[in-house]
Amino acid sequence: MGSLFDGYYSVAYDEMFAANGAPHPHTKALFDALQLLSGSDLEERVAVIDRSMRDQGITFSRAGQEWIFPLDLVPRLIPTVEWTLIEAGVIQRVRALEAFLADIYGPRTVLADGIVPHSLVSSSTAFHRAAAGLEPANGVRIHIAGIDLVRDAEGVLRVLEDNLRVPSGISYVVENRRTMARVFPGLFLEQRVQPVAGHVALFLAALRAAAPAGVEDPTVVLLTPGVYNSAYFEHAFLGRKMGIELVEGRDLFCRDNVLYMRTTSGERRVHVLYRRVDDDYLDPVHFRSESVVGCPGVLNAARAGNVTIANAVGNGVADDKLTYTYVPALIEYYLGEQPLLPNVPTYRLDDPDVMHDCLGRLDELVLKPVNGSGGYGLLIGPAATEEELAATRAEVLANPRGWIAQEVIMLSTSPSLDGDRLAARHVDLRPFAINDGSQIRVLPGGLTRVALREGSLVVNSSQGGGSKDTWVLTSSPARKGEPSVVRPLPAPTVKAKAPDLGPRSDQPQQQQQGQGSC
Amino acid sequence: MLSRVAEALFWVGRYVERSEDTARLLDVHFHQVVEDPDTDEGETCRVLAAVMGVDSAAGSDVDSDADSPRDIRAALEILGYQADNPSSIVGALHAARQNARGVRESLSADIWECLNTTHHELPTRIEAAREFGPAPFFSYVRHRAAMLAGHADATMSRDHGYDFLVLGRSVERVDMTARLLAATLSTPSPEDGWIATLRACSAHEAYLRTYQRGVEPQLVLEFLLLDRLFPRSVFHALVVGEEALTRLDPDAGRVGAGNDARRAIGRTRTDLEFMPAELVLENLPKRLHDLQSVMSEVSDAVSRRFFDGSATIGWSLEESQR
Repeated sequence: MGSLFDGYYSVAYDEMFAANGAPHPHTKALFDALQLLSGSDLEERVAVIDRSMRDQGITFSRAGQEWIFPLDLVPRLIPTVEWTLIEAGVIQRVRALEAFLADIYGPRTVLADGIVPHSLVSSSTAFHRAAAGLEPANGVRIHIAGIDLVRDAEGVLRVLEDNLRVPSGISYVVENRRTMARVFPGLFLEQRVQPVAGHVALFLAALRAAAPAGVEDPTVVLLTPGVYNSAYFEHAFLGRKMGIELVEGRDLFCRDNVLYMRTTSGERRVHVLYRRVDDDYLDPVHFRSESVVGCPGVLNAARAGNVTIANAVGNGVADDKLTYTYVPALIEYYLGEQPLLPNVPTYRLDDPDVMHDCLGRLDELVLKPVNGSGGYGLLIGPAATEEELAATRAEVLANPRGWIAQEVIMLSTSPSLDGDRLAARHVDLRPFAINDGSQIRVLPGGLTRVALREGSLVVNSSQGGGSKDTWVLTSSPARKGEPSVVRPLPAPTVKAKAPDLGPRSDQPQQQQQGQGSC
Repeated sequence: MLSRVAEALFWVGRYVERSEDTARLLDVHFHQVVEDPDTDEGETCRVLAAVMGVDSAAGSDVDSDADSPRDIRAALEILGYQADNPSSIVGALHAARQNARGVRESLSADIWECLNTTHHELPTRIEAAREFGPAPFFSYVRHRAAMLAGHADATMSRDHGYDFLVLGRSVERVDMTARLLAATLSTPSPEDGWIATLRACSAHEAYLRTYQRGVEPQLVLEFLLLDRLFPRSVFHALVVGEEALTRLDPDAGRVGAGNDARRAIGRTRTDLEFMPAELVLENLPKRLHDLQSVMSEVSDAVSRRFFDGSATIGWSLEESQR
């Protein structure tokens, strides 16, 4: 019987093996455990995972159909030291971006000081004048952020993009762990992995903390576009796990700048609206007037301070891919710090010289639309056909502001199941940061997405990607200074007696057996 | 109906509920140990053994030097798979089938088949659980218990047989929920333990819908002990059990409760219902322990009153002497 790792090779930095072919120190234990398994062993567990995912309805929608977001059963491990860096780097970035948003929708000193050009803001389709001067209740605009990280060929972690509008994936983090712990309990017993189950509670606490001033016991609701949205599973999951109402646009209405929902016991006031609807569709009064998934007047209610919208309206100006190129400068400007996590080398195409240079070597670059997400519209030069290159070239020439160019990053790989063997597949990492106004926390782990097609660099679920359970290893038994959400209530064990026993029905057995056998 | 049949049904109700609740208890604590590296495994096992009373009674059947499980896998063996321990999941399911087997003629075919299929499928399930982890085994046990409840609901006439089944289930539910809460109260890392406890009662979502905020120990206790509407709360189980008893013994006379079982269950229910919540939550370990004792008492009283003809006579003599 061959090992699962027979024929394993990686064209990039590998998350499990060092260059000399031996496992990294922190992956040694996992490697040893996997060595003991056979292909059929894994197949059986994969079947269990798939069935469990299907039964629980852990799906995303594409083209009107439900698809399972595949969970690869080899976890991705992050050693303690590296996590400390990621944590600090993500917190730093979110702080800077919060400051940037507060500035752009407020005094705009960053423009006056010439750190970013006026045109960046004025040409951004995600900048909304309607949000200017809107001061959020506890100063938070980015209640939850997903910062996408990739590791390049040298092993350096870089930020690929920021997601500050409606980052999705936190439900998969929690569900992946739950599933893995059920399918592969033995792996966990050998190692110390930071738990993720409390994430949702932290997020709910952050949403409650964002309620308008003076509201003692806020009502938080989640606004979903409805069951046909690709992330509906996540909406339902969060609604269920936070115990908040999952509402659609038609369940809400505004009167006198106050937001209500319609319930069987009359109207009920809503204080915090966690919306999973894009800005453009959120409020037909201000944005697209044909929207039926939003609620007319909700932005005015927010401006009046009667409801908090999370994440805030207009965050898109800060996670615009052109703004991305300025983030290192913003970190320096607002925080006076050097960025802990570098960007991927990126070119701004609105500069004619740069554009000319980039178009000249289009087949070596990655081109991305600045407002795109989900991997749609992306062009990977080395893998593109002549027609695709020509089409993108035309689009860039027509709208240089709409595109950025990046060097191709050979994303790091991690062993992933391919048939009955493990093969190297490219991965990224999306850690989630939650800001409750007093503290920004990065949830230990995050979503590792994996491009399950051989050689593919696109990890999005909509493009044939899967995910992995992400383990942040911890060495010390004590949790580092994190205040527990729940107060402990220790009590002595009272020794119970064994449960009552029923009548013993087997006594007359022998006599019964003796009867009627003649 | 025959006392013997009634007794069997009562115990089918108790044992099936016990297997289900034990599965829930183990599920939660096993995955707590697996998912949270800060959980003290040895301590968790000690607590599990203590709340299930393993050291004292069933433990004596185990090797004398291993009367308390030391790691979570050992705990699974003793409380999950040990066939000759009637408090283990498998033991309880065997006992339930054994009881049902003696009264097959008075059960619907669906109910008998449900118990019998479970019995025959257990060895395969246990083997898989030992190899791949116990999660599918736990959910299998829960599904079978739910199926039995569904069959009982759909196929049994609402006669005394049904009432005995429901009574047994309710008594056991109170007892086991008390044990579950006692386990959480004394496990070493109780923060996540409360979420786990709610999950063990399938109550997490219901709790969140009710309170719409994070999980707080006081509220969890309040919910699982006192909630009127949640079907796995202690209070709700007491009400259902009391109703069944009332139907079984409607001639209660005009004063007080007619029999000891009703008196005991009714007093406990009233305590929980009318005592201020803060007072109920005071000295909780003792209260939980008392709940278990009262349920034992109720079970004994039910036996005396319904299953054992001579006890009824003894009881009338006592009354007439007053």
